Amino acid sequence: MEFKEKLISSHLAFEEDLDLFDTVHETRANALKIFEKKGFPSKRDEAWKYTSLDSLINQDYSLFPKSEISIELKEVKKYFLYDTDTYKIIFIDGVYSPFLSNTTHDGLDVCLMSAALSKPKYRKIIDNYFNKILPNEDSLTALNTSYAKEGAFINIPKNTIAEKPVEIIHFSSGKEESLWLQPRNLIVLDRNSQVQIIERHQSLKTHPVVTNSVTEIYLHNDAFLDYYKLQNDLTSASLIDNTFIQQEKNSHASVHTFSLGGKLIRNNLKFFHRGENILSTLKGVTILEGKQHVDHSTLVHHSKPNCESHQDYKGIFSERSEGVFNGQILVDKIAQKTNAFQQNNNILLDDKATINSKPQLEIFADDVKCSHGCTIGQMDEEALFYLRTRGIPKKEAKALMTYAFANNVLESVKLPSLKKRINGQIANKLGVNLGFEL
Amino acid sequence: MAYTEEELKKELETKEYEYGFVTDIESETFPTGLNEKIIRDISEKKGEPEWMTNWRLEAYSNFMEMEEPDWANVKYKKPNLQEISYYSAPKKKPKYESLEEVDPELLKTFDKLGISLEEQKKLAGVAVDIVMDSVSVATTFKETLAEKGIIFCSISEAIQKHPELVKKYIGTVIPPKDNYYAALNSAVFTDGSFCYIPKGVKCPMELSTYFRINQAGTGQFERTLVIADKSSYVSYLEGCTAPSRDENQLHAAVVELIALDDSEIKYSTVQNWYPGDKKGKGGVFNFVTKRGICHTRAKISWTQVETGSAVTWKYPSCILKGDNSIGEFYSIAVTNNFQQADTGTKMIHIGKNTRSTIISKGISAGKSQNSYRGLVQVASRAKNTRNFSQCDSLLMGNNCGAHTFPYIEAKNNTAQIEHEATTSKIGEDQIFYCNQRGIDTEKAIALIVNGFSKEVLNKLPMEFAVEAQKLLEISLEGSVG
Repeated sequence: MEFKEKLISSHLAFEEDLDLFDTVHETRANALKIFEKKGFPSKRDEAWKYTSLDSLINQDYSLFPKSEISIELKEVKKYFLYDTDTYKIIFIDGVYSPFLSNTTHDGLDVCLMSAALSKPKYRKIIDNYFNKILPNEDSLTALNTSYAKEGAFINIPKNTIAEKPVEIIHFSSGKEESLWLQPRNLIVLDRNSQVQIIERHQSLKTHPVVTNSVTEIYLHNDAFLDYYKLQNDLTSASLIDNTFIQQEKNSHASVHTFSLGGKLIRNNLKFFHRGENILSTLKGVTILEGKQHVDHSTLVHHSKPNCESHQDYKGIFSERSEGVFNGQILVDKIAQKTNAFQQNNNILLDDKATINSKPQLEIFADDVKCSHGCTIGQMDEEALFYLRTRGIPKKEAKALMTYAFANNVLESVKLPSLKKRINGQIANKLGVNLGFEL
Repeated sequence: MAYTEEELKKELETKEYEYGFVTDIESETFPTGLNEKIIRDISEKKGEPEWMTNWRLEAYSNFMEMEEPDWANVKYKKPNLQEISYYSAPKKKPKYESLEEVDPELLKTFDKLGISLEEQKKLAGVAVDIVMDSVSVATTFKETLAEKGIIFCSISEAIQKHPELVKKYIGTVIPPKDNYYAALNSAVFTDGSFCYIPKGVKCPMELSTYFRINQAGTGQFERTLVIADKSSYVSYLEGCTAPSRDENQLHAAVVELIALDDSEIKYSTVQNWYPGDKKGKGGVFNFVTKRGICHTRAKISWTQVETGSAVTWKYPSCILKGDNSIGEFYSIAVTNNFQQADTGTKMIHIGKNTRSTIISKGISAGKSQNSYRGLVQVASRAKNTRNFSQCDSLLMGNNCGAHTFPYIEAKNNTAQIEHEATTSKIGEDQIFYCNQRGIDTEKAIALIVNGFSKEVLNKLPMEFAVEAQKLLEISLEGSVG
């Protein structure tokens, strides 16, 4: 049985046992129909021209892990941002782990999607926000919706600042032969609220894992979101991340994506504007080796005047790794005085590495400032030589320059401990210790 | 220049598509429709050898299996290929030995177009091949060129007189099954220009082709083949106009350039097909496939000024096959009223040390849509390649759109690729500055647009640059308020 068939036929079997709102059941059923019609995207779809899912979907995965699995804290401690006291929502093989987590309902909700989708007190929020900004006919998000059940639910009320950052971590234990996970997150920031979120997916053993995650984020007036995606998984794990952000007046949203490891990563990151004076920031660093593949597909849809967006993606590719950048800026006729900026810089370190870049601008308004730049190049031999004349070995000199290259993006990380962590990870990846912090 | 605002306004109001006249020449036109018989008839009419007929038929059978592509960022009503006549020729004697024999009506047409053959012969030193509807009607300067061994004639003549060259090169850069319209063209092409520059010869003058669609209900499918043998040089110009008609006319040409080792081809186009009226009615569909192949150390340079056509859909491309070869693309695309353009280039780097430059300037006004779509591809063995791309768009008014779809695919770590794109409008401060110096707004805009397009205009041969500059002004008239 093909995996697609399995996804469709498994759906019904569990539907009745689930305790969810009737509207959610309805949404799930409709979404399944879309997936049934569309199937998995193929290279024939323009948006998937450079990324093929074939290697992922030609095998079988278990969809529902058998039982709750417990993991010792010491096993996974290193994956936490330990220095900072944080709210934690931890899942093991898609199942919530109360032991490792640290949730709250005190003034703000940092809890579970399954609770939000079934408890009457959240009914209104679900009616207002669940599945509202996803593209209608997208097969992968529809697939996620049809199985939407568990994930993180974060609700920050008016004038509230989340004191601690929220960590959302998905572990896969390796107890299952192979696993297909579909977490579904919903994040709502009411007026003048603030939150910082760190999301990561981590495999503990080298069993094949595919995560098809969907995150919906709503920012009301003056809200402020700072989101970090850490993608530094084993090469057995793949991730399809779909994140959709809707912003209202004066809100700021920034998303940093650090793609440092994984078999195949696809990031669909989309911003929709619903008010004026919005700022959207999208930044990313990708450092790959081996046969890894990372695809950044971004969209900023400017549909209101006086908004700004900044995109800055850096990529460093060695060995046979493949990078894709597909950035789209859409400026509607009414979105005058838009300031949209997009930049994508890449370095290919080995001659088998590949980068495919497709920065797109679609502009219908005349009074705008839109630009994009894309470069593909190598390390500046002269700069390298300069460093070596100062007694810095070639390897360190290269690392130093790689750092410098990625620096722009690291600089804007607002959590010091996270910055240190990423710094360390990059140094680790390059196999050097710089002895200083950026 | 004594030119007041009043005069300008008046001129703007009355300005129409200047080349929109119809020449009343009796022509022989085939019945409409597309089928194998028509293709055989065209081939027979042209007295083609058997291999050519077979080549056409094969292209036709490929074509029948293809579907019209729809990925371009343009919207139009698909032309009904059965309603087009695939052959239309001025009825008088098809071959002319000298200008005296040419139908006086035809000569008048050229006068109106601003190309007086006699005058051009004397002054500009440009050899012109004129293709009206489907058939090449006049080629000037043949003898002068023949002395140098240069062959410049219509492609039908080339098929007759130089079959070995045509057979060797036709369809090698753009195979008949390359795409839908290239396949159609391969099956039904009726004429076009052929040019061969022998080894080591530098063509002493600009070669030029003028295309015109005259007859109603006809499509124009011409085929151009330019071959530059080793160490030769040629500069080639192409111009086009069509009468104003209410229906959409189809123009599906194929241009193949072959630059052998150390040669250089410079191909310039000023495309001014009828763009349709202010309401978007009529106009030419310009679906053209243009591609060149560069062998070792060869260079191909495409320059285009696109101001006409209701829908333009074309990507003059370079295959940089040989080591150290160079590809260049300079383009200005202007769209006004309801025009749509989806144009750009492909630079395929296969050889080592290959270089390419892309400069594309898009200007959209009125309710038009202007897209740049380009591909820069670096194959894995193409070491030390270099590409620079720049795409700038200028928007005038808030009903138009400018789009950029660059594709960059690098498979070699020594490649250096840069891509830049900007979209902006004419700054109020820029206009204010001009106004301050006594330059009125309309002129200031012309000045700024000219400056915006300068990098590309500079690449055009002299005679064309002047024409292109005028065209720019005409196309944008009335678009700013």
